[in-house]
Amino acid sequence: MGALTHTPHGTGRILRVAGPLVEAEDVGGTAMHDLVALGEAELPGEVVAIRDAQVTVQAYEYTGGLVPGMPVRPLGRPLSAPLGPGLLGGIFDGLLRPLSNAGTWLEPRPVGGDAAPADDFAYVPVAAAGAVVEPGDVLGEVRGAGPVPVRILVPPGCAGPVGRVAGAGRHPADAVVATVAGTEVRMTAHWPVRTPRPVRERQGAGRALHTGQRAIDLLFPVALGSTVAVPGGFGTGKTMLLQQIAKWCDADVIVYVGCGERGNEMADVIDEFGALTDPRTGGRLADRTVIIANTSNMPMMAREAGIHTGVTVAEYFRDMGLDVVVIADSTSRWAEALREFASRTGDLPAEEGYPAGLASAVAAFYERAGVVTTLGGRRGSVTVIGAVSPPGGDMAEPVTAHTQRFVRCLWTLDRDLAYARHYPAVSWAESFSRDAENLGTHLAAHGDPAWPGRRARVAALLAEADRLADLVDLLGITALPDQERVSVLGGRLVREGVLQQSALSARDAHSGAGKTAALAEAALAVVDRCRELADAGVPAARIEEVDFSPVLRAREEAGPDDAAAVVALGETMLARLGEVA
Amino acid sequence: MNADGGTGAVDPGRVEFTSVRELRGPLAVVDKVEGVGWDEFVVLTCEGAGQRHGVVLEVDRGTAVVQVLQGTAGMDPARTRAAFTGSPLRIPVGTGWLGRVCNGRGEPLDGGPPVFGAVTSAVGGNPLNPVRREPPAEPVLTGVSAIDALTTLVRGQKLPVFSAAGLPHLELAAQIAAQSTAGGEPFCVVFAAMGVTHADAGFVRDALEERSAAGELVLLLNTADDPVIERILTPRIALTVAEHLAFALGRHVLVVMTDMTSYAEALREVSAARGEIPARRAYPGYLYSDLASLYERCGRVRGLPGSVTVLPVLTMPAGDITHPVPDLTGYITEGQVVLSRPLHARGVYPPVDALSSLSRLMRKGAGPGRTRADHLDVAAQLLSALARARQVRELADLVGLAALSATDRRYLDLDEAFGSRLVDQRRDESRTLEETLERAWQVLLTLPRSQLTMLPAGLLDAHDAPESG
Repeated sequence: MGALTHTPHGTGRILRVAGPLVEAEDVGGTAMHDLVALGEAELPGEVVAIRDAQVTVQAYEYTGGLVPGMPVRPLGRPLSAPLGPGLLGGIFDGLLRPLSNAGTWLEPRPVGGDAAPADDFAYVPVAAAGAVVEPGDVLGEVRGAGPVPVRILVPPGCAGPVGRVAGAGRHPADAVVATVAGTEVRMTAHWPVRTPRPVRERQGAGRALHTGQRAIDLLFPVALGSTVAVPGGFGTGKTMLLQQIAKWCDADVIVYVGCGERGNEMADVIDEFGALTDPRTGGRLADRTVIIANTSNMPMMAREAGIHTGVTVAEYFRDMGLDVVVIADSTSRWAEALREFASRTGDLPAEEGYPAGLASAVAAFYERAGVVTTLGGRRGSVTVIGAVSPPGGDMAEPVTAHTQRFVRCLWTLDRDLAYARHYPAVSWAESFSRDAENLGTHLAAHGDPAWPGRRARVAALLAEADRLADLVDLLGITALPDQERVSVLGGRLVREGVLQQSALSARDAHSGAGKTAALAEAALAVVDRCRELADAGVPAARIEEVDFSPVLRAREEAGPDDAAAVVALGETMLARLGEVA
Repeated sequence: MNADGGTGAVDPGRVEFTSVRELRGPLAVVDKVEGVGWDEFVVLTCEGAGQRHGVVLEVDRGTAVVQVLQGTAGMDPARTRAAFTGSPLRIPVGTGWLGRVCNGRGEPLDGGPPVFGAVTSAVGGNPLNPVRREPPAEPVLTGVSAIDALTTLVRGQKLPVFSAAGLPHLELAAQIAAQSTAGGEPFCVVFAAMGVTHADAGFVRDALEERSAAGELVLLLNTADDPVIERILTPRIALTVAEHLAFALGRHVLVVMTDMTSYAEALREVSAARGEIPARRAYPGYLYSDLASLYERCGRVRGLPGSVTVLPVLTMPAGDITHPVPDLTGYITEGQVVLSRPLHARGVYPPVDALSSLSRLMRKGAGPGRTRADHLDVAAQLLSALARARQVRELADLVGLAALSATDRRYLDLDEAFGSRLVDQRRDESRTLEETLERAWQVLLTLPRSQLTMLPAGLLDAHDAPESG
């Protein structure tokens, strides 16, 4: 191995390669989570353990052809995401390298080999030369990159008088836009993905994130800055629900992290988001979205990094004072990458082979959500929605079980509902929202005083109908007293007329707050009238025979914000019931 | 490398190492190696036991751990020489594969010469850039009514068949492979069989003979008595050949891979031999990613004419759909076709359980301009009626047939007609889409018009739907 001793100074050499695990020695001057370039191909890797002169590296590309003795070059900086105006509307891999300028087949790419986007951006300075600025203050804005103006901020740890200022006009993404106390500030900032970006302080949760999905907005609402896990077996419509939220929720920016999922689905997301119009801004939906696509056949460890990259991008927009939603589909694939790597390093396994640090890794990821006062004094938020894919539908498996402990909302997708083609298959019995109480108070004080009562009544009706459904299966519907038969009917009206929502129908795909409230009120009023009829002695069988299609079809017939049409259909239905009496 | 039947040859300049230290299960540990890279292809020359092939699983300083594809039986460390080829396994690709029958390593079984090709490709492939994927949108018609009508296979999709021991999944797979077409565009089939019996292998060869003779078939056969570890290579060869036929040569390629459970068992065997920490049911933790590295090779590419459609077939051990192999497959694939034992017992072939089966891409690949304008409505109405029929059957079991309403009894008739008139077909019967949809209509019309609420009135009139019983 004589040739191997002639490695250049400051460069280590590879000792061992096993898939994404690379061990190297004599890599001088490297710290935990620093980047290294592996082999002659300079493949990117991150230092994840250091013992004596040996380091363990997780490689972010296919390591075929790496040979012991090949050089390992330390880059002296941690894995960082380039944060700049080119993010919105873009599609990136787990290391935030643009996929749009990569080839059809993804060959391993060297560290730093991702060409910076060639575009330049229309920049307008805000802070004048001589002004004294603090971290988080606005230096300038990039406009025209989408519905959201991208603010260029004074980076953390940088304060003082503004020196040179770039003039208004088009500048490339890596241009210096100003100097602050002699430090150059560029349009694109680099931030280490594993370090949360600093804020002035955390705030309590405020208003609800309106998702446009009735099962969620009505029963299990989520506050801005909160955290949600969406567990669901395959075929329960997880990805569909998350895509609907990405399309229709009222956040300013969406970061969609496709983590170890299907390539065709990502192609679909890219296609659809490019074609859809954002109902709030009139612009393309893609322009408020950053897509991080790491499909299941792309290098596994980049999946691990992709989750952190996604949250870092979200924090970057949060710091401009925006409300950002991160959607990660699926965190189970991220956890599997952790497990795979832990197994190769020989760590002692905890549950089901997952590393002992799984729970804290999950907690740390969700903890990056929150409503904050930014360094610049603005209010911004990051809401995290993570899909969980429990193997065999087992809700007790480690990733699902730990995730439930750390999130504020759980939207459990139910296989039986999905098989009955009830979409979105959000289970009312197995889901929870710890935000519901606060949001109820908030909504009651901000224009919808009936919200808490409406939620309680719908939930109670569903629970009662579920309890009776078991009896009906055993004894048949005719064995129940008339009042209970009305409850069974009421459960059906709420399920089919309110909670079910067709993602394929232009009118029903998303539902404004007014329409959601009107649909629920209409169904509840109809149930009340049916009860009155039953009390007045009308046989339940006669009530069940009534054609309830006005309330069942209202969700398809009224537009997304057309509460009035729903109210009218509800009146029609009540009138029809009047004839029964 | 020169083409020698799909398995790598050694550059004459490369040294052979004789320092095989350990042989254990499918693994060979070679000491004192130099310049050996991870994932390199290895040719092992074993005096008295012939030539074998392997892949480097790990290289640690001067030690390489090699997975021996043909197993280590009969190998003597003292009489084994290992030559490392300096690159991952590459195979020749191109039309030379069409019409050929090979073993699981791509060596001819048909008495012909080794497969030649001017171009070679690495069997691992590279991931397709998601930005360059074209969303699938046209059907592959299989001539099998249960699939074409209700779980339409779409070009570029991955749709598995979930089966159990004793069910005719191999017959169905062979029938689909023999009959499928892509609307008159160039079409071919790569059929990879892993761990099948000799009798089954013979059956597949016979069933696909016509397609093979027409130069539209590549058949790779790893039989149950062939080396187990070779199965890890078989689907990769199949997909590499398919990708080239599709994206370089513009064909629509259907890749049938059966039985993926046998494949996963080979993976588990290697993992156990390496002493890796096991996950569910002792399968390795990377089973999901490994299966994805196969299934995700399906798709279409923007601006290119061909497509790769993947149809994996797997048997669920003890019929358990939560077993890791079907479970993880279901998470990756775009739907599933589930075979049912009760239907098989009723004598229905293919015994496809329509309510448990699903093609997620059907909405994109069927309907107006793709199959027929009424296709999606018919399918939705049929599924809805079948769901109701199932409820009625459960009720009938409790209260007896006599207690059912007249309408409910019509649903039982529909269920019966569905099995006998639409699903059931001969193993050599290829139905046109027209015939399949007409049969679907006949089944639907066992119900009175008032029950067919999902179909537009115009269509009902056109089919003379009866007002009532």
